[in-house]
Amino acid sequence: MASQTKPVLHGYYRSSCSWRVRIAFALKGMEYDQVPVNLVRDGGQQLTTRFKALNPMQQVPAVTIDGFTLSQSLAIIQYIEETRPEPHLLPSEPKTRAQVRMICDIIASGIQPLQNLYVLLKIGEEKIHWGQHFIQRGFEALEPILVQTAGKYCVGNEISMADLCLVPQVYNAERFKVDVTQFPTIKRLNETLLQHEAFKTSHPSCQPDTPDDMPI
Amino acid sequence: MRLSLSCLMKPVLHGYYRSSCSWRVRIAFALKGMEYDQVPVNLVRDGGQQLTTRFKALNPMQQVPAVTIDGFTLSQSLAIIQYIEETRPEPHLLPSEPKTRAQVRMICDIIASGIQPLQNLYVLLKIGEEKIHWGQHFIQRGFEALEPILVQTAGKYCVGNEISMADLCLVPQVYNAERFKVDVTQFPTIKRLNETLLQHEAFKTSHPSCQPDTPDDMPI
Repeated sequence: MASQTKPVLHGYYRSSCSWRVRIAFALKGMEYDQVPVNLVRDGGQQLTTRFKALNPMQQVPAVTIDGFTLSQSLAIIQYIEETRPEPHLLPSEPKTRAQVRMICDIIASGIQPLQNLYVLLKIGEEKIHWGQHFIQRGFEALEPILVQTAGKYCVGNEISMADLCLVPQVYNAERFKVDVTQFPTIKRLNETLLQHEAFKTSHPSCQPDTPDDMPI
Repeated sequence: MRLSLSCLMKPVLHGYYRSSCSWRVRIAFALKGMEYDQVPVNLVRDGGQQLTTRFKALNPMQQVPAVTIDGFTLSQSLAIIQYIEETRPEPHLLPSEPKTRAQVRMICDIIASGIQPLQNLYVLLKIGEEKIHWGQHFIQRGFEALEPILVQTAGKYCVGNEISMADLCLVPQVYNAERFKVDVTQFPTIKRLNETLLQHEAFKTSHPSCQPDTPDDMPI
């Protein structure tokens, strides 16, 4: 049973994983509060004892919902999906559900973890090339998959969790100066999705913690 | 579910005996009592058989596992396992209650997004000389986060008292930790869970030490 208290998202405006969750809330028409966790200021607010108690991995997003706290964006999104089913973010047919999950995991296990802030800090000087490499590699794999699965959206003609993962990853690709025009299906899907209200209202450029001087 | 000829064929796992992600899928098949065939993909021999054109057609990410099942091919171990779960529901690998289901998925993702991708073969090859320290670091970091979470969620198994997808992810990751010489005794809950699970038939029959492609001289 859904609680009466609004969910709270602990996230960062520019975190692609946080953005996935914001899109999910927007698509489900759910109001929520945000508690920004600045990954850069004060040495990284995700490293505070207080935040560590919410998420021992010391990463965003973490969401407090229905009286408990969850981390890992896809676990959060699937919880939201299972407790607030409309509109569906997963198809009902098992094969296409699996394809949605496969695309999500290519991004959430195969690309993003290799270019998140923690890893880039460990890599050091070569971080731009490192990040570009893993995004390029992941998109080279994703493009032919999407050619097979995509209709108007990543899988068929309804928005799914795959779309929630794709758009923030394209945003990251652009930050790393990966040329997305190499991937026409990814490019087309991204452009279509960015027209959707839920993707606009959740965009990094207009969050409570977005800096005034943020470069677009 | 409409039955088709493809459902009557055994699933085929393209994997590697020592790949922790492949092992997750092998455990799932074993728990579900499903027969399957294996087509080994040697990640080291011939420059890495996952890099062949033939395998790339199965999985453009050029990684194991890939599973051909019910007439189509899937990659990404957790997507494969959830497909198996949804089409062969017994015994359940996810609890029915939403909060505990979410906790299972959270634990899976800490491992499958937060630890393993940072210490898989491709990344280690890119890191080069420092690869052991690199791998140790990310496993250590991930287990330091996982231990307090498991203290909260675990009963006999990772989440409560029934085996779930979280257990399928944990055991192969502990195997990796041991390969990287991470001292798992620092993490008593992880250690206990791993020892319990390794006694279970499904975890034994799927173990890297006894697969079709396990080398005869494999160190334990």
